Amino acid sequence: MTTADPTTDITTATAPTMPDFGAPATDRTLAIICSKGSLDMAYPGLVLANAALGEVVTVHLFFTFWGFDMINKRTMGNLKFTPVGNPATHLPTAISGMPGMTAMATHQMRKTIADLDIPEVPEFLEQIVDSGGHLWACRMSADMQHLGADDLYDGVEDIISASDFIEKTDGAQLLFI
Amino acid sequence: MSTTTIEGRTVHVDQEGFLTEPAEWDEDLARSLSGLLGIELGERHWTILHFLRDDHASTGETPTLRRVSTSLQIPTKELFQLFPTKPAKKMAYVAGLPKPRGCV
Repeated sequence: MTTADPTTDITTATAPTMPDFGAPATDRTLAIICSKGSLDMAYPGLVLANAALGEVVTVHLFFTFWGFDMINKRTMGNLKFTPVGNPATHLPTAISGMPGMTAMATHQMRKTIADLDIPEVPEFLEQIVDSGGHLWACRMSADMQHLGADDLYDGVEDIISASDFIEKTDGAQLLFI
Repeated sequence: MSTTTIEGRTVHVDQEGFLTEPAEWDEDLARSLSGLLGIELGERHWTILHFLRDDHASTGETPTLRRVSTSLQIPTKELFQLFPTKPAKKMAYVAGLPKPRGCV
């Protein structure tokens, strides 16, 4: 119960005012489909997954097509960012395609991310798994790239079909990235 | 600005109920705040709370879960066990600090 004194801005509560930390569990589920393998497109899914886990939301990530690079042990630590065809970099097209530009842009983005104390992709996945998130690999992508469970990040729970994922995320809110 | 009374002590809080005056905090208050969350403070909790306090004092920001985890070498999983369900916000609350602003 809260009583406000109209003459001042002071509000005094009789029961302690404390943040609403919510129920210990919610029925909210977020399904995130990660289909891109570039450095800049890997992070949105990871950041949102992490944020949702912090709010007690159940989170499932499905890695498919180029998103497979995010969980492929060989590529996950070495994702690249290219300014080619990306107008948001504000670079002239002729310059963005010059030799060395991808390496330079990747280096710059990695540095910016590290300066903000945001983890690299493998470490970020570990944090998500530690926070209770579920990682799933796409069966078709595994078959296309001739990859098995041993080739994938250890936190990936299984290689499953698209319909398996749809089943697992019944009623979930969905993000396709 | 609002105040609230926690076990007989009046402290300043924001709209949500996070403490706004770090100087009003002490270990007794931490015990009261953790009691409101149903958390009994052990040695690991204290290590984390003191890190949060020190880090906030030097940076002016409440550290995020990741910063706590990497700075103290405590796995994220354990942070979820120590401050269940919403560790970042709960540890900030018990440490008498604003909730973290960082995304990660």
